[in-house]
Amino acid sequence: MSQPTPREIQTGAAATVQPDQPWVLLHEGVPLHWAAVGRALARTLRRLIPWIVPLTLVVGWQLASTFGWLSTRVLPAPLDVVTAAWTLTVSGELWTHVKVSAGRALAGLAIGGGLGLLLGLLTGSVRLFETLLDSTIQMVRNIPALALIPLVILWFGIDETAKLFLISVSVFFPIYLNTYHGIRNVDPGLVEMGRTYGLSRWGVYREIILPGALSSILVGLRFSLGLMWVILIVAETISAQAGIGYLTMNAREFLQTDIVLVGILLYALLGKLADLFAKGLEGYWLRWHPGYQGTNR
Amino acid sequence: MTHTSSSSGVRLEIRGLSKRYGTREVLHNTELTIEPGQFVAIVGRSGCGKSTLLRLVAGLEPVSGGTITVDARALDGLSEDTRIMFQDSRLLPWKRVIDNVALGLPPQRRSAAADVLARVGLGDRRNDWPAKLSGGQRQRVSLARALVHNPRLLLLDEPLGALDALTRIEMHRLIEGLWKTSGFTALLVTHDVQEAVALADRVILIEDGRIALDQAISLARPRSQGDAAFAAIEKRILDRVLQKPEPELADPGWPGQPAYGLRWAI
Repeated sequence: MSQPTPREIQTGAAATVQPDQPWVLLHEGVPLHWAAVGRALARTLRRLIPWIVPLTLVVGWQLASTFGWLSTRVLPAPLDVVTAAWTLTVSGELWTHVKVSAGRALAGLAIGGGLGLLLGLLTGSVRLFETLLDSTIQMVRNIPALALIPLVILWFGIDETAKLFLISVSVFFPIYLNTYHGIRNVDPGLVEMGRTYGLSRWGVYREIILPGALSSILVGLRFSLGLMWVILIVAETISAQAGIGYLTMNAREFLQTDIVLVGILLYALLGKLADLFAKGLEGYWLRWHPGYQGTNR
Repeated sequence: MTHTSSSSGVRLEIRGLSKRYGTREVLHNTELTIEPGQFVAIVGRSGCGKSTLLRLVAGLEPVSGGTITVDARALDGLSEDTRIMFQDSRLLPWKRVIDNVALGLPPQRRSAAADVLARVGLGDRRNDWPAKLSGGQRQRVSLARALVHNPRLLLLDEPLGALDALTRIEMHRLIEGLWKTSGFTALLVTHDVQEAVALADRVILIEDGRIALDQAISLARPRSQGDAAFAAIEKRILDRVLQKPEPELADPGWPGQPAYGLRWAI
């Protein structure tokens, strides 16, 4: 163990240690290091401190609802939200809606992200495709996906295709741009080395260009995952026959604010899961990278 | 085996070689013959054309005039028998040390990578990422990666330029030892005259794209840098290098190359 830092001494019980007699005998010769106990206490305290504000808020919210200061039309009590979530889970309704929403999101990601990756690889690697396509894509990129909603409704109506289209369009660009730049930024010295060491064109691509571009591609993926949920929420709020958006909009009609809140929390949870997944990919694929040493071996 | 014998170096013949980038001529009418197994060092100031000569011999760039003949065959692009060791190790950071050494090897020869890695003294680091190695260790991996192909011509482009003095001396011994046992022809580009005298059979000075000095070094190996004869030869070459005043403007790298090419001009 290292010495306690001045900060620890200030915050923890370590300040009570007498420097000339640090060891105290507790019952029957079990030695206990007071400084160590103090440090452990201080550590636990520090870990608890960030939770004080959110816990106070939730408890205050619950009390405000219980005493009727807060109308359930504005916000339901936290316990009611938990109960609603539980009821929906038990009835299986929650799972059905989550499945529909996640299915939409992932299908959109697969189509838009797949196209973005493919075109990014093409324009990054082949000069002809860059001249042919890149400036067009860069122009179209400036159109916000949500601005397309009126057109999309005219084209596809308000069913599944419209939602898929919106999600695909919005996840396409981050992945495309980062793939393109990732490939362009691969160290040309490494490519030259690969050629002189007898790698074929495909060998250079597989061993050097793709792994070199990977960290950038993963950054694109994380951007896309974030956008994917935002667009999904908007698309489902406009109209849907199933999914988390349908669940919340339906509940709104009947003033079931507890279910609305369950829906909001579900979106948050799914977004967090997607982010953890992307982080996991980075931790594994970029484990060679000094910037990701935390997950290394 | 990929070659008839790994112990034979190539014979290199350069006749009337010139290289132009745009209107600027970097090498003029260069003549040079290197016997099989010879260790030749090329010294010169920044931008004198020494690295260009190495890149031409490697087949990385087309010549503007003249011919390069390797074992009586005209050089035509990259060759299986030639390997380069770069100044920056150019290891692939996403491959473990052993996989870097095995780069470009057919699967059945992968076991050779471990052997060569042991020969450069890094057998125990085989599963590390390159980011965890020191500069000297990276260059040793890079040397192993070159040698695992049993090259008959090894080109060294200031491979030790970024290393500290002690590591350089260690690397000199390592390179000399491996050259003696393997017998390849070696062409070393360096700006360090002491390094050239320590390693080479012949030191060639290039000035303004021309060979200005061709000095045989007959000192017995292993050479000791404190030796009087060593110091005398080193001083003679160094005096010759310094005889010409430095050009006024620092050379901004070769035109027609991307910015990373600046490294070549050091």
